[in-house]
Amino acid sequence: MKVENFEHRHAGHCETGVTSSLLRHYGVELSEPMALGLSASLTFFHFPFVKVGGFPITAYRMPPGSVYGGLRKALGLTMRKQRFGDPDAAMAALDAELAGGRPVGLQASVYWLPYFPPEMRFHFNAHNLIVYGKDGDDYLISDPVFDQPQRCAAADLRKARYARGTFAPKGLLYFPQALPAQFDLRAATQRAIGKTWKMMLHTPVPYVGVRAIEALARRIETLARKNPDLRWQRLFVGNVIRMQEEIGTGGGGFRFMYAAFLQEAGERLDEPALRAAAQRMTDCGDAWRRFALAGAHFARKKPDVTPARLAALLRECAAQERANYEALKAWSKARAA
Amino acid sequence: MKRDEVPQDGLPYYGEQRKAVYALDRNGHYEAVASSGWQVEATVTGDAIAEFERLAQAALQRARRGECSPLEYHMYARRMDLPTLAQSTGFWRCGVRRALQPQVFARLRARRLQAYADALGLGVDELKKLP
Repeated sequence: MKVENFEHRHAGHCETGVTSSLLRHYGVELSEPMALGLSASLTFFHFPFVKVGGFPITAYRMPPGSVYGGLRKALGLTMRKQRFGDPDAAMAALDAELAGGRPVGLQASVYWLPYFPPEMRFHFNAHNLIVYGKDGDDYLISDPVFDQPQRCAAADLRKARYARGTFAPKGLLYFPQALPAQFDLRAATQRAIGKTWKMMLHTPVPYVGVRAIEALARRIETLARKNPDLRWQRLFVGNVIRMQEEIGTGGGGFRFMYAAFLQEAGERLDEPALRAAAQRMTDCGDAWRRFALAGAHFARKKPDVTPARLAALLRECAAQERANYEALKAWSKARAA
Repeated sequence: MKRDEVPQDGLPYYGEQRKAVYALDRNGHYEAVASSGWQVEATVTGDAIAEFERLAQAALQRARRGECSPLEYHMYARRMDLPTLAQSTGFWRCGVRRALQPQVFARLRARRLQAYADALGLGVDELKKLP
């Protein structure tokens, strides 16, 4: 069985892509950048005390589930979410939804999905994908980070849905239940942008927002004091870049995607200020790319890249992002007045 | 990032696959562009994999000398570390750490062995063996 009219779409990131594709199938046209922007899922955080694979967690977006969760208020969208204690019940529920002609979103671990190339398989549990059919023992999968639809054997998918650990999916299955007939784009945009700049500029702890970027810069500068082992330092920096490139979207991709959101919102609402912000956000993305490139050179033992140089590049990212959120804040205040 | 600046480094492990990235077209308009990968990504991912392989090889040598249990080798070979394995099995870290000792591992009960084997996606017999 197969949901015939489901259309696979290639996307920059798993959760925004799944949300956008599912909404489109169920009748709401919302581009991937709009899903990211309107759910206010862009952020930056670095928690030195939460370790993933032995290194502190660094992320460029909100935790898993916040994209479709964040659209709940913005769009009046209700996702039906189900988790299951029993893997058999989870697979049966998946089959039942497919039999009813409904493609569903699933959360799964990247490591246990055999269609990923071995180089990309790490224990990361918060990957999102869409199942839109079943052919014999194989499920037909629309994984937004791949340009073609994929297939996955039932036993593998079952294992991937029941990986344990951080962000354990516990068989999570979701699809839109109540859809907005229409929504107020202006109100949703203002609310979402307000949320983003508040988080980036005014979070009271220095682990989230622009201050977290500056804190990470300090941390990289003083890596040698913490551990003189150069190999460890390279792995530390490599890990920050990996969170940005591999687990994120590639090349500071969330910044570019957010820029695309600002551009689209600016055009649809006819707001030149947002289009200008899109331009600056593009520059932020480019700054992140320069940092990633230098970080990779550092990991490759190029002598001209020092931790101080990396810290300087990060501070550049921080300064550009700060200026941009300040501008968005001014826009919000002007609109609210 | 402009459309022609999108990295197209042709990473071997992408095969026929492409990633989508957002970039500006000639008119300054954003669109999704297919990318065949960026060398930066391959570098940092390769380093992370090499680190697991290094740990797995070191564990293999020690396991052959009887200084640690095969579980340690299989753990790293499956790209896990001790906290990840503890979370995947639901056991306490100290329990997992003890199971890395060969004499403790040899006396593990069948249910516990099965839990380790399931978490690593192996059979119990494979778990006890070294390559």
